[in-house]
Amino acid sequence: MAKAAASKTAPAASPSVERRPALAGRSTAATGVKVEVLPSAERISLRAPEASVAALSKALGVTLPKKPKTSASKGKRTALWLGPDEWLVIDEAGNDPLADCAGVAALHSAVGISHRNIAIAVTGAGAAATINAGCPQDLSLDAFPVGAASRTILGKAEIVVLRTAVDAFRVECWRSFSDYVFTFLSEGSRDAAV
Amino acid sequence: MLLIRCPYCEEERPELEFRNAGEAHIARSVNIAGETDDDFEKFFFIRSNPKGIIYERWRHMHGCARFFNAVRDTVTDKFVMTYKAGEPKPSKLPGVAK
Amino acid sequence: MSGAFRIPGAGRFKQAKTARFSFDGQSYAGIEGDTLASALLANGVHLVGRSFKYHRPRGILSAGAEEPNALVEIKRDAARKTPNVRATVQELYDGLDAQSQNRWPSLSFDVGAVNDIASPLFSAGFYYKTFMWPKAAWKSLYEPKIRAAAGLGVSPDQPDPDHYSSRYAHCDVLVLGGGAAGIAAALAAAETGMRVILADEQAEFGGSLRFETGAKIDGQDGFAWAQGTIAKLSAMDNVRVLSRTTAFGYYAQNFVGLVERVSDHLKTPGHDLARERLWQIRAKRVVLASGAIERHMVFADNDRPGIMLAGAARTYLNHYGVAVGKNVGVYTANDSAYAAAIDLKKAGVNVAAIIDLRDNPTGPVIDEARALGIEVNFGRAVIRAGGKLRVSSMTVQPKNGGGERTIPVDAILMSAGWTPSVHLFSQSRGKVAFNDETKRFVPGTYAQDCVSVGACNGTDGLSATVDEAYAAGAKAAKDAGAKIAKGTKPKVDASESWSRGMLGAAPGAGPDTTVKAFVDFQNDVTAKDIRQAVHEGMRSIEHVKRFTTNGMATDQGKTSNMHGLAIAAETLGKPIPEVGLTTFRAPYTPVTFGAIVSHARGPLFDPTRSTAIHPWAEAQGAVFEDVGQWKRAWYFPKAGEDMHAAVDRECVAVRKTAGLFDASTLGKIEVVGPDAAKFMELLYTNPWEKLEPGRCRYGIMLREDGFIYDDGVVGRLAPDRFHVTTTTGGAPRVMNHMEDYLQTEFPHLNVWLTSITEQWAVIAVQGPKSRDIIAPLVEGIDMSDEALPHMSVREGRICGVPTRLFRMSFTGERGFEVNVPVDYGQAVWEALWAEGQKHGAAAYGTEAMHVLRAEKGYIIVGQDTDGTVTPNDAGLDWAVGKKKPDFVGIRGMARPDLVAKGRKQLVGLKTRDPKVVLEEGAQIVEDPKQAIPMKMIGHVTSSYWSENCGRSIALALVAGGRDRMGDTLYVPMPNGVIEVEVTGMVFFDERGGRLNG
Repeated sequence: MAKAAASKTAPAASPSVERRPALAGRSTAATGVKVEVLPSAERISLRAPEASVAALSKALGVTLPKKPKTSASKGKRTALWLGPDEWLVIDEAGNDPLADCAGVAALHSAVGISHRNIAIAVTGAGAAATINAGCPQDLSLDAFPVGAASRTILGKAEIVVLRTAVDAFRVECWRSFSDYVFTFLSEGSRDAAV
Repeated sequence: MLLIRCPYCEEERPELEFRNAGEAHIARSVNIAGETDDDFEKFFFIRSNPKGIIYERWRHMHGCARFFNAVRDTVTDKFVMTYKAGEPKPSKLPGVAK
Repeated sequence: MSGAFRIPGAGRFKQAKTARFSFDGQSYAGIEGDTLASALLANGVHLVGRSFKYHRPRGILSAGAEEPNALVEIKRDAARKTPNVRATVQELYDGLDAQSQNRWPSLSFDVGAVNDIASPLFSAGFYYKTFMWPKAAWKSLYEPKIRAAAGLGVSPDQPDPDHYSSRYAHCDVLVLGGGAAGIAAALAAAETGMRVILADEQAEFGGSLRFETGAKIDGQDGFAWAQGTIAKLSAMDNVRVLSRTTAFGYYAQNFVGLVERVSDHLKTPGHDLARERLWQIRAKRVVLASGAIERHMVFADNDRPGIMLAGAARTYLNHYGVAVGKNVGVYTANDSAYAAAIDLKKAGVNVAAIIDLRDNPTGPVIDEARALGIEVNFGRAVIRAGGKLRVSSMTVQPKNGGGERTIPVDAILMSAGWTPSVHLFSQSRGKVAFNDETKRFVPGTYAQDCVSVGACNGTDGLSATVDEAYAAGAKAAKDAGAKIAKGTKPKVDASESWSRGMLGAAPGAGPDTTVKAFVDFQNDVTAKDIRQAVHEGMRSIEHVKRFTTNGMATDQGKTSNMHGLAIAAETLGKPIPEVGLTTFRAPYTPVTFGAIVSHARGPLFDPTRSTAIHPWAEAQGAVFEDVGQWKRAWYFPKAGEDMHAAVDRECVAVRKTAGLFDASTLGKIEVVGPDAAKFMELLYTNPWEKLEPGRCRYGIMLREDGFIYDDGVVGRLAPDRFHVTTTTGGAPRVMNHMEDYLQTEFPHLNVWLTSITEQWAVIAVQGPKSRDIIAPLVEGIDMSDEALPHMSVREGRICGVPTRLFRMSFTGERGFEVNVPVDYGQAVWEALWAEGQKHGAAAYGTEAMHVLRAEKGYIIVGQDTDGTVTPNDAGLDWAVGKKKPDFVGIRGMARPDLVAKGRKQLVGLKTRDPKVVLEEGAQIVEDPKQAIPMKMIGHVTSSYWSENCGRSIALALVAGGRDRMGDTLYVPMPNGVIEVEVTGMVFFDERGGRLNG
């Protein structure tokens, strides 16, 4: 809706400078758990009242979930319910959801945060135990099924957890916390593996 | 660590995700600039600090990030109930006599 | 080979490996699976420590976590020294090195034992009475001496090299205690398919089945049944079985803290293996199956090494295959000690006599003892033990007096009965109830969703225990939501059963005696001490406890509390329940700091945040400072430069040519929505509605009380979109403050807030040449002064990537803040740096930033303000919208005290001697000759050497400061008084012409 929203954070033709994501390529593997930093993705923080959800869903090509602690995916695009009027939209195919929202007239706020977050994949049989080293939520499949998503705590940092498969999680955190979160998860994986 | 039911997330979540935000149902006057010193004192400084049932604001800081209201017993430290911000003070409390 | 007292064929481990270990430098052999205590006893070693106060020789009392005496230091290497380890808990590994504690020069000859002879001086309350006078002696003499003498063991003096882990876990049913009751409960719950966690503090499950010989369950020996059932449970997906795991704390809403000892029993713990793992478990239902702890008999010199609990002696025999002596005596007030005597006798140990305090007990164990030829005496008491470093005899007397008889023994097994372990129940805020018939406290009223089963619930007999526990496990699962129950209850075919016993002092240690009959071994509290406490006026059991320190040692009175209570009750002439029990508090057994801290050490102590440009600054040799969790480049010293020289050079460069500064840590919030301006009007003192898109304004945020909370430059990107900046340290709380008002006071506004602090890297380019540096890299933005005047913002591209380009200044020079998506931050910085090099620009750090802004009189919230400064105090009245009907703080600002005359106001200070730099925080007075305490009228908030001004500069909060322009004030310092002149706050380019180039 806002004019400024149309200005993409993703570079157009060819920037003369390179992108240097934090922790790029870092990973650790313990028996049964792998912790690895995921490639860059496009992201927006989307805020909107109930009445705008349909229009935004249509523009984004993914139905914004209305149920707490859930997410919805279509292709490489995932919308995570973070709050009653808040979604984190992640696009792993390089398509900018900010641009998709720019044309929506319905009341909303879309803010580009592609660079704000870092994603870390925690996969393997010990994945839940690894995150539970510092996250107090119940990550059993009953309480946190595949597709479940939540903002929560890991040690002293805030994270967003998305369960992408039975034994796989995507953990997002702010860039400057990524070293802490990655190190924490690595420590957790050491312990979960034994 | 307590479990606190977030009225927006519709489930109990660990206390670490929450932050207390002081007493609830203390409305800021829409004409605050015109308030007397006494009224402003009551609004800004005076809190009830009861032994027993207290109405508090909490924020699900590291969850849905919403502020909400909670009824808690300061003697047992137990949460009696929680409800959304803007909802009226509950007239009946579950499990509380009187 | 693994000890002379090891009995062939006895014990649980037949083919186990030998483990060598040393105790006080002497080498011994034990068996893997031993505890240090069982291995020492196998070698005939009973003397293992000295007591806390009297330095009396002490042996091994128990075979479990309740041990008060056998505390040793375990040393793995120079850094891995753990004091106060219970020998009864520490498992043996090959090479284990243990040392006794609290003795000098040696365990068998301890100089401190003089305290025992002088014990009349050290009675209860000794410290409180003795070290009162003279007062001055407390600090210089008593406290250091007491501190040196006090405490058992020595703290390690090196950082702990081990690592500790933590795990949050959730389950439907948590079963605490892995004896027959716990296993049965866990089995019942597990069979429903619900999530079950079963924890036991021992290495092996079984509880009292570890030492009982008479239990048969499902046709098997009790211990074998326990092992088989544990194996079955461990194989189930819905069950987690934790051995060596002690539940130490029971908190609100069934939140239980447990410590798992992961590698203390291993010879070489692997690199990835934690030493301990902290479990924080949330359970829908908890089953407490914590068993019971045997009590000792309270008689004279009952602390001699070789005197131990009967159940412990039985554990050493039946579990570890160790005889605790060759000629043992038994002193009991219940049946359970008979079983120990019978088992030892059958194993070939001579049982000199069983002394039973009861008058005419009957039962199968008594018959069996007699049938084995053991001498059994009823109605008699052991009134004293002989021997010093090891018990050598017991002196027996009819309990109502009469002739004494001394029987030579090398060990005494004693049992005064069993105390239900209600610790965790009590921690759960449950209320215990006293059963007058059995003389024990058992769980009464429950406060949480838990249930007690078996011995900790006062249930006697294996059959009743298994029935109760199995039913409770099934019910707990059902209450937690289980739909099905398909298990079969274990069938108890045979069991042992014993109950009752006695509380308090035995005959011979009564009120008419002065003997040392120990109640609390670890803290050296005798029956006499407790009586004395009552006689000296202690009425509450809590006072008796504190006066005598009964139950206050590391074992928390597991064996002593009930005896102490009974003696106090008897002395007070009150029934036990009226005197009441002391409070049980967490932790149940000592917990290491390592486990509590777990992952939160080293790099995980606290997040360390750094910016995208950090690697560049690091490579340049920048010195960093901590600003909250952030690491910020403080200054960039060149070779040979100290901080002063570097900061001077950086400051001069900015004003002469240009400087680059990493401002990425500044808080940034995007405020979006049709009501964005309305919201800004309410949250900031300034007017915003009329600010045009593309323009910026310096905003001040107040708290409701009218004091400055934060500040920052705000750019309006569009009618419905603001880019707000906050202070670095204030970012999270400002966001919370704004959300609070938006959600709860102004929810009608259609506006949303998003933190973009970490979306954008911010590169400040400041100085006369700043535009020349930036312009070549920018596309789509007209950089002319007309198109991009001071305090404006444009969106465009720099180096081909998106930018929000602010023209603003925190230096007083022509300046820009280049915002780029953070992953491009370093590369864009490097591009700007390369351009800057063409003009002689410098990188500057936070120190130069502080100096430059102070030269211009720009405040820093939190440095020049302290939460009691109004906009007027700070000289910022101009930023308060006078026509606004409302904003947060509008009413607070008008409070009488906040508009009163004489408030502290922010002013500039110039020292008379321009070379003198004031100390920040220094106090200011009007008259330096006045009497002390002087009247302080203000303090220095900021102070620097300004190379650009060629003199020192300072900002200060001074009472009525703006009316004192030109006045001389004084700053008294330890080396003399510094004279200062009150000035305006701007020290450089007062007219501000440089802002516009």
